[in-house]
Parts: sequence; C-alpha cells; structure tokens
Amino acid sequence: MGKRTPLYEAHLSMGAKIVDFGGWDMPLHYGSQIEEHHSVRRAAGMFDVSHMTIVDLEGERVREFLRYLLANNVDKLTVLGKALYTCMLNERGGVIDDLIVYFMAAPGILDRRSGRDSTFSIPGVVPPAALAHPCASWFRLVVNAATRDKDLAWIKRCADAFGVTVKEHDDLAMIAVQGPAARDAVHGLLGDAGPQAAALGPFHAVMAGELFVARTGYTGEDGYEVMLPAAQAADFWQRLHQAGVKPIGLGARDTLRLEAGMNLYGADMDEGTTPLESGLGWTVAWEPAGRDFIGRAALEAQRSEGAKFKLVGLVLDDKGVLRNHQKVIINGREAGEITSGSFSPTLGKAIAFARVSAEAGEHAEVDVRGKLLAVRIVKPPFVRHGASCIEQK
Amino acid sequence: MSKTPANLKYTKSHEWVELLSDGTLRVGITDHAQDLLGDMVFVELPEPGRSVTAGQECAVVESVKAASDVYSPVSGEVIAVNKALAGSPDLVNKDAYGAGWMMHIKPSSLAELDNLLDANAYAELVAAEAH
Repeated sequence: MGKRTPLYEAHLSMGAKIVDFGGWDMPLHYGSQIEEHHSVRRAAGMFDVSHMTIVDLEGERVREFLRYLLANNVDKLTVLGKALYTCMLNERGGVIDDLIVYFMAAPGILDRRSGRDSTFSIPGVVPPAALAHPCASWFRLVVNAATRDKDLAWIKRCADAFGVTVKEHDDLAMIAVQGPAARDAVHGLLGDAGPQAAALGPFHAVMAGELFVARTGYTGEDGYEVMLPAAQAADFWQRLHQAGVKPIGLGARDTLRLEAGMNLYGADMDEGTTPLESGLGWTVAWEPAGRDFIGRAALEAQRSEGAKFKLVGLVLDDKGVLRNHQKVIINGREAGEITSGSFSPTLGKAIAFARVSAEAGEHAEVDVRGKLLAVRIVKPPFVRHGASCIEQK
Repeated sequence: MSKTPANLKYTKSHEWVELLSDGTLRVGITDHAQDLLGDMVFVELPEPGRSVTAGQECAVVESVKAASDVYSPVSGEVIAVNKALAGSPDLVNKDAYGAGWMMHIKPSSLAELDNLLDANAYAELVAAEAH
C-alpha cells in the first residue's frame, strides 16, 4: 500500500482506478481518460495533486538564497503573490527538479506573525528598497512528489549557509481546478474571498482565508491550484463536484500537459540533462551576469559551445502512437529518442517530445514497433486554451 | 469486476471467441483486457483473406497506455473485420463482446476450440492475475 492523500476515499467513491505514482496511491482515471481530457479542454476538471511537495522558506536572507539556488531569478518576483517557474540545478547544470516558487511575504509583513497563517492583503508592489535590502521574507516552493526526498535534502543543505529555515507542509492538500469554466466554479466556493481570486492575474496567488489560491496549472487552460488544510480537502472536492467540475486522473493530466508543451520531470529532463537540452532555456535567467547560481558555470560553458541536443515536439499524422523511448531517425541515422509520447485527444493523433541532435530540421522518422513512420518536428505547445497550435495536415 | 460471458471461449492472452451457427468464429479482446489497456485510440486489423495461426499476432490495439498485440485464438482465414473500429476504437472499451468485435475467422479445424478456456477457467485466470 502506498501513501494516500486526504482525497483517497473520495477517489474510490468516484470509481477511480488507482495506480502507484512515486509511492502514492493515485487515481489514473475514473472511467475514461480521454473523456476526462476533453472535460478539461471544454469545461472544467479537478485534479488531486496533494502528493506534490509544498515547502516554505523563510529567513532574512531567503531571497539571496533563492538567487543562488534557482536558475531563474527570483528578483523577477517584485509583486506579492507572484509565481515563477524555474529549474533547480546541480553543479553540472543537470536538473534536480523543476518547481514553482511563489513570493508570499515581504519584509515587515512577516513581522506581523498573526498575518502569516491567516491572510495577507491583495497583492501589492513591494517597495524597491525592500528588494535592495535583504531582510525577512517568505517564499513557497511546490516541487514534484517523486523527487521529494532528494529535493528537501538538497534545499536544506544549501540553505544552512544562508540561515534559511525550510518547512515542508504535509498538513496541506492541493487541488488543481482547470478548464475554461474552472475559475467561475472556484469563485462560487470561496465566499467573500471570491473577488480576491477573481482579481488575480495569471501566475499570481493570494491567501484567501485558509486557502492558498494560485492562478497556475499544468494543462494549458486557465484555472487555479488551491492549497488548503488537509481536513477541508474532501469537502472542497465534493463541492467542486456538485458545481459540475469533473474529477480527472493522472492519465489525462499527462496528455493535457503534453499537449500544453509542459515538461515532465524524470521523463523530459533529469539530473543528466541541462535546461538547454530540455526546452527550458527560457527559464534560465542569464542577466544579471554577476548572479552566481548553482550550475551557472556549466550552463555557460554549454551555451558557448552550443548544446548538442535540443528538445522538440513531434507530430505523427499517420495512425499509430508515439511512446517514450522510441528512436528518432533523421537521414537514416539515429538522432535521438522520444522522452514523452502519447495520443493527443484534442488533435486526434500522436504527439511527443523528443530529445534530438541540435541540427535536426523539420522532418524525422520514428521507429514505431519496427516500422519507420514520418513525423513533423514542431515547436510546442501543441494546444493552448482548447485550440490546436499545430498546422493541420 | 470484468465480465466473462458463459457462451464464449477465451485465451490466456485475453482474446474471446464466439462460435457462430455457420461454423465461423467471431473474435475480440476481453472486457478485462480493455480495462487493463484503457481508452483505445487505434485498432489495426488484418486484411480479409489473410491466414492466421493460433497463438500468432493477428492485430494490434493501441490504447492511451500501450500498444498490445492481439493473438489469433485459432488457425484459419480472416473473412471479415469490424470496419467500425477504424473510426470508433472506443467500441472496444464500451462493448468488448459486442460492437467491439474485431474479426471473423473461418477456422481450419473447430477442434482447436477445445484448447481454449471456458468462462470459469478464464475468470479464475483473471482473478489469479489480480493477486
């Protein structure tokens, strides 16, 4: 038996097929993975993502610490509640994990300790002086479930020198609500805090009572990721369901994120690959040149030499399904392999990410069960806000 | 709990066979197999006229989860395939023993049916796999 989230019983009662995911008993689907996928693209779906790891960091030097720990630059976070997607690298530039960091409290706000666990006001601009003078503040990280132990060990090891405290929140559940009708469904459940959430811009979060509501997600649709006390999770889930939001399993979560062009840690990148080889060069903040972050030297060397591999999107216009680890062939020679492949319910054909040699052009073949099938090389995403981004053939 | 109709014969590799009144066979994959594979996205069927051999691959089903070979339960000749599966592979998920049938086979010898499992034996096999 694996670890179970506070929603495990709710999944069983909704007919979930349960599978092991990184040591957790999680719902794969509740009947049809493809119908769940369409529900998110066309209306609203909810995902139990309570297995993900929530880590709060605080201390006078926490911003300075994160400038060093993360390849993207937390100094982009000047507004309370703003979120940033980033990689956490090792010294070789390999990806230890990808994560979202939220800027939760600026100096002064944290001093009012009572404010910490209840509410902070509508996000506002932090005075530039507060950024220039490192003092107490608070950031929240959401990291992957399967990498929890190594992430926490790495963060703690690096945090010591900065006097930053690392607190994991296993007392919180997390529910993602995604799709064109998702935000309205959530607003209806937030009571007085509804307007606060409704005012959030993309990639912003706010504490609404005991709920942490973030306008983030992993589907390419609008929506929220809601963190809330574990004891309230089942009730919130049922109320979402009553509001017409469909439960969505990990199967559809994977096809949704693949269509949306979002990487999966452990499949599309890991400690043996850098962001530059993983389609994540855009998340590396090179400026200011003087910012020393872990892995910077290795990445700069790779950038000046030119990375030998790149991560691309593939589209198979013929019948068949692209799968992880199938070989990519260009001009008769093996040029890489698929890192994530599946059937795209929105496009009605197979799509994939593949790591291929940097000189790959627009066409390739994939060895699908012994047959070489022609694929197009495209730039992800494949689907955004319910619509195809790929030229139809 | 997956269904195992009593009037059918089964293989250990999760195909079912129905003996029709004209002595030909209708073949598909079991409800248990479709449940394991998940939503079907493509079903690749043989051309009518093709000879098939018992235990040899005769079709491929691709689901969201995996590609899987379908093995012919008997030797013989494919006389027809279910064309509806090309546009609606989900028929295999919705009605594995009915609208989700895959092919008609004219068997070389009906005696081969005796090598197959009956419903009870197949149900036991499925139950054993679950543990």
